[in-house]
Amino acid sequence: MGFFIETLIGGLMAGMLYSLVALGFVLIFKASGVFNFAQGAMVLFAALAMARFSAWIPEWLGIDSRLLANGIAFILSAALMCVVAWLIERLVLRHLVNQDGATLLMATLGIAYVLEGIGSSIFGSDIYRIDVGMPKEPVMILEGSIEGGLLINKEDFVAALVAALLVGTLWLFFQKTSTGRALRAVADDHQAAQSIGIPLNRIWVIVWCVAGLVALVAGIIWGSKLGVQFSLATVALRGLPVVILGGLTSIPGAIIGGLIIGVGEKLSEVYLGPLIGGGIEIWFAYQLALVFLLFRPQGLFGEKIIDRV
Amino acid sequence: MKLQQLVLTAAALALSSLLTAPPALAQAKEQFFPVLVYRTGAYAPNGTQWANGYVDYLKLVNAKGGINGVRISFEECETAYATDRGVECYERLKGKGGGATVFQPLSTGVTFALTEKAPVDKIPLITAGYGRSESQNGAVFTWNFPLLGTYWVGADVAVQHIAKKEGGVGKLKGKKIALVYHDSPYGKEPIPILQELGKTHGFDVQLLPVAHPGVEQKATWLQIRQQKPDYVLLWGWGVMNSTALREAQATGYPRDRMIGVWWAGAEPDVKDVAEGAKGYSALTLQHGAEPGSKVVKDVLDLVHAKGQGTGPKDEVGQVLYMRGLISAMLGVEGVRKAQERYGKGKVMTGEQVRWGLENLNLDQKTLDAMGFAGVMRPVQTSCLDHMGSSWVRVHTWNGSKWEFTSDWYQADEKVIRPMVMLASGKYADEKKIKPRTPEECKK
Repeated sequence: MGFFIETLIGGLMAGMLYSLVALGFVLIFKASGVFNFAQGAMVLFAALAMARFSAWIPEWLGIDSRLLANGIAFILSAALMCVVAWLIERLVLRHLVNQDGATLLMATLGIAYVLEGIGSSIFGSDIYRIDVGMPKEPVMILEGSIEGGLLINKEDFVAALVAALLVGTLWLFFQKTSTGRALRAVADDHQAAQSIGIPLNRIWVIVWCVAGLVALVAGIIWGSKLGVQFSLATVALRGLPVVILGGLTSIPGAIIGGLIIGVGEKLSEVYLGPLIGGGIEIWFAYQLALVFLLFRPQGLFGEKIIDRV
Repeated sequence: MKLQQLVLTAAALALSSLLTAPPALAQAKEQFFPVLVYRTGAYAPNGTQWANGYVDYLKLVNAKGGINGVRISFEECETAYATDRGVECYERLKGKGGGATVFQPLSTGVTFALTEKAPVDKIPLITAGYGRSESQNGAVFTWNFPLLGTYWVGADVAVQHIAKKEGGVGKLKGKKIALVYHDSPYGKEPIPILQELGKTHGFDVQLLPVAHPGVEQKATWLQIRQQKPDYVLLWGWGVMNSTALREAQATGYPRDRMIGVWWAGAEPDVKDVAEGAKGYSALTLQHGAEPGSKVVKDVLDLVHAKGQGTGPKDEVGQVLYMRGLISAMLGVEGVRKAQERYGKGKVMTGEQVRWGLENLNLDQKTLDAMGFAGVMRPVQTSCLDHMGSSWVRVHTWNGSKWEFTSDWYQADEKVIRPMVMLASGKYADEKKIKPRTPEECKK
């Protein structure tokens, strides 16, 4: 029983991190109808910026405090992600207004390659470290009530908390602020939003900037766990089944979807894996998402699309 | 007067063309080394160091006057550790520079794909420390050279090391050994020998595959926590290795009970985990990090000091850099050996280099003179044995650097040879290959 609970908790915490990555997809899709294939590259680019700035700043400014160096690095990286957002809008999206979804998807694929290339050219392709003081050692809890106790990974726990906090903040931003409402209006109907004076281009810059910040937080958490390197770009692939399952337009969908995928893949790997050779968790997540799609093509929380014919 | 000027001009032109002739001739006397690398993609941090060592050694040979006067030309091709791109690179480079000397794909997947192409194109494949384990049998795999060791050598030595730690082979009975492996041809290579050794010595082998690139291992380590194996063998590459060490730390699995293969025992695997990887051991393909060796000093003096270095100076001598450097050296020595038979100072064909590689005899004196004293042991191949050496040491990460923590082990031929013969025989039957006889080898 203890082991099952451990696996369940491990899955939930991993799921929270997947939600964070999935959120990047949802944000951009909600506001611009673009499925952003470059989300993984943005995570890598942001993490590279954070890792390198936090190493360079103490050299440039002679700062000893790790906290201060990390703080400045975070601000610089966030600013850089907003510059990237502005450039994407100026150089790519602006020229593709009213193009169909497949064109925009291909454009984001191009953005992914450009970001990966520029990222490794500017910041290098070695493994870099982000040290934001995340605890690495595990902790044992409930030793009295459950035989053998429950082993909890403190790093995953803190990461899940940060992810939950960010998701909550974004939800508030979308629901309670005027910019958030403008973003939702743009998502509903570009032309109607423009007709009431919402500047489409500015909204796109804002939403890509917010997605860049989400990528930065995801990059810091995953970078702290895995080291900053090219594989971070593949972390976005963990978010894909989440948005398929949760729905591309729903923030709660990204959260619930992430949790279901996280738990599903861990339980499947641990209990089903040994029976069929193991190494199944990656494709199992997609399989799970496909099963959901059979019953709800728009995802758990996605909007049902009804076309008049 | 005009005629005199004309004659003088013509003479000057003739002289200048003669003077420019030597470079043209030298250009013809270039031995072409294709360099398959991965400096991009998920495995770039590891692949880049290997590539830098490989290229630096080729530059060093040129700085010392080439191979008996034959200069080396080379061209890199990026594979990103993808089999299709590796094959593409092979096709693109095999005919360049008068024909490729030797290919070293640094990927077991690419090696599997090229094993059938190499005999057709008559270009040897050196796979130092990787590739197909049964390709040690030169009678069947006439163009493959898994020099210095195969994964079966690695797995056998890992078990020997565990037995030594436990106090003897007899103590292995009832033990549980988990293999956490990259779910690819590379990661699957040690499975047959571990299962065979498990049957012989009475230990249980638990198989735990990890999907590429290996960033998600939580479920794997939860299983390890549940089943509590006595040892974990780590058969990973790239980010999979550091992730495994982080997960071991997060689940409290003791790092001194983990043993990695030689592709899971370099600086990129541990430096980021630092103290968290303390006590973790890995096999070495003879060498470890060798910053104090003579060959490294030569590279720094004759290549880097002249602004010709391929990568960062502070990485020269690190584990994977040395692996690349030694791999290049083996290729170069194959050419040198071939020249002994087919003509010193001549450019060798792939077929001639194959002869050189299967007649390699790098004794300790030669290695020491080349700057490899303390780095590696003698390598002697034959037509039937394309591996040439099966010596392994173990090194351990002390939190800041790798340190040798064992004596030399040698793989047990009594265990490996029958498996090599069986697997290569099966391959020969499948592909309808008639194995070479010792008599044919003498030709």
